Amino acid sequence: MSSARSEAASGASRSSGLLDWIDARFPLSKMLKEHATEYYAAKNFNVWYVFGVLAMVVLIIQLLTGIFLTMSYKPSAEDAFASVEYIMRDVEWGWLIRYIHSTGASAFFIVVYLHMFRGMMYGSYKAPRELLWIIGMLIYLALMAEAFMGYLLPWGQMSYWGAQVIVSLFGAVPAVGDALVEWIRGDYFISDITLNRFFALHVIAVPLALVMLVVMHILALHETGSLGPDGIEIKQNKGPDGIPLDGVAFHPYLTSKDLVAIVVFLILFSAVVFFAPEMGGYFLEHANFEPANRLKTPEHIAPVWYFTPFYAILRAVPSKGLGALLMGLAIVALFLLPWLDRCKVKSIRYRGWIFKVALMLFAISFLALGYLGLQPATEPVFVYAARIFTALYFAFFLFMPVYTRLEKTKPVPERVVYHG
Amino acid sequence: MSDESGLSRRRFLTAATTVVGVTGAAFTAVPFVASWKPSARAKALGASIQVDISKLETGAMLRVEWRGRPVWVLRRSPEMLARMESSPADLSDPDSVESEQPSYAQNQTRSVQPEVLVVVGTCTHLGCAPIERFDVAPEDLGPDWAGGFYCPCHGSKFDLAGRVYAGVPAPTNLPIPPYRYIDDNLLIIGDDTGAAA
Repeated sequence: MSSARSEAASGASRSSGLLDWIDARFPLSKMLKEHATEYYAAKNFNVWYVFGVLAMVVLIIQLLTGIFLTMSYKPSAEDAFASVEYIMRDVEWGWLIRYIHSTGASAFFIVVYLHMFRGMMYGSYKAPRELLWIIGMLIYLALMAEAFMGYLLPWGQMSYWGAQVIVSLFGAVPAVGDALVEWIRGDYFISDITLNRFFALHVIAVPLALVMLVVMHILALHETGSLGPDGIEIKQNKGPDGIPLDGVAFHPYLTSKDLVAIVVFLILFSAVVFFAPEMGGYFLEHANFEPANRLKTPEHIAPVWYFTPFYAILRAVPSKGLGALLMGLAIVALFLLPWLDRCKVKSIRYRGWIFKVALMLFAISFLALGYLGLQPATEPVFVYAARIFTALYFAFFLFMPVYTRLEKTKPVPERVVYHG
Repeated sequence: MSDESGLSRRRFLTAATTVVGVTGAAFTAVPFVASWKPSARAKALGASIQVDISKLETGAMLRVEWRGRPVWVLRRSPEMLARMESSPADLSDPDSVESEQPSYAQNQTRSVQPEVLVVVGTCTHLGCAPIERFDVAPEDLGPDWAGGFYCPCHGSKFDLAGRVYAGVPAPTNLPIPPYRYIDDNLLIIGDDTGAAA
């Protein structure tokens, strides 16, 4: 069947002079084959496998709306707040472009967190996909930097004090801490200078890095192959035509499946943009509707929801240096996942109960920390809860080399299995 | 040349060229990295300021701005000073050994004149601005609270000399900026040349 398909394709290219002309000068057909029409992925992908594509969709949304926002935004302490108000009130459709961009930021983290959780469930980080996982983690880091610097740009109270808190974290670095903080700010406080450079990083440097990392992520994926929810290497079972028996071509089979996901996603996304762009203060915090005032701290500083799990870890420790260190380690630990997990079986479908319980506890801790990071720091109950969940978060990684070895796994089937 | 294809010679030349190239790149990076340091204008704007405290009443606090940070000038009442001495809170650095202050302010009141406290109002934890809570034993801060500063961000507490309580996230006492008196009512903040060490 597929050989008939490729004959049809070559027949088409024979009649198409333009494509031949291009192919002699640029590997267009070759690339399309390698990465779409003849790239095979496990045919039993479930709904968890749509979030990678959705992340790319959000990236494109952010790039497009971002470019248009820079046309009306002014990156100076004097004008920034007013220029955002100008976009919201006076620029035609400016409110829509900005709300798409601000909702896109939260949507980005939602799909990326789900995408990462998918990877943890189905062992997508295990050999030979360690680099794929690490590149993905670098994307996550770049995304956090991008979101953090973008949040300063509206120059509201929360922009200002959020940046103040996060930049001060670098002061915890021994010996050079204070000089480092001054170097990052370019001033003795978060000022016009800081805003201007964060703008440059937010609109040029980090997006450039993000796009390059995404290309590397896809190249690494297409080198190792998509794993699928069974955790089976489909390349090990090839038919006589050399095509994996359990694989389907990315295009047209998965692209059409992804289109459905994209439509559903865009429906939900639009619903937020049009009916709840502030999301009750979670996507756009209320304090940020007040211009930055460097002499007055808001009563309660909380970062945007996607940073709160790490923020809760930072606050759980009654020592600045140790808190910042733990916060960093919480992210470093994720990088080490491919080497901490000693289990031979990849997918959670065939792993023992120990890993299922551990992953569940990890997910609960992450969500609980996310909730606690939003709460005020005064309540001792919250502080103790944050300490317990921080311990659970780290226990997941710390004891992983032990409990993944003790696991009693189920036999992994030769070929992919359909469920329901 | 003993080696016919000159392989070792080529390897040496490649290594030497690499070293020169990397050195050049490192030197080229210097201006870019240095451009992030506070500019001449930022430094000039960060110079010293003059504060008149003649109209500052006892128990009142003045907020001024120095280097974009709030600096508080608090004229402590005798009761406040007495309270600090009679019921010392559980402080983590009572003698300001670990903290940042000029040597002339490293004393029990952390000031030049005992009643006038000059302190940078940014929390040493993550730079939030603590709020003044001079009320004694309020409901939310507990019966042991003898008045001081409370940081709403992460719950750090400081006494009326800006000294940090034990068991809160802030590591050190609130910093004291360099300052000197021109006369009894005129302060220079940010410059202490000629001040008694």
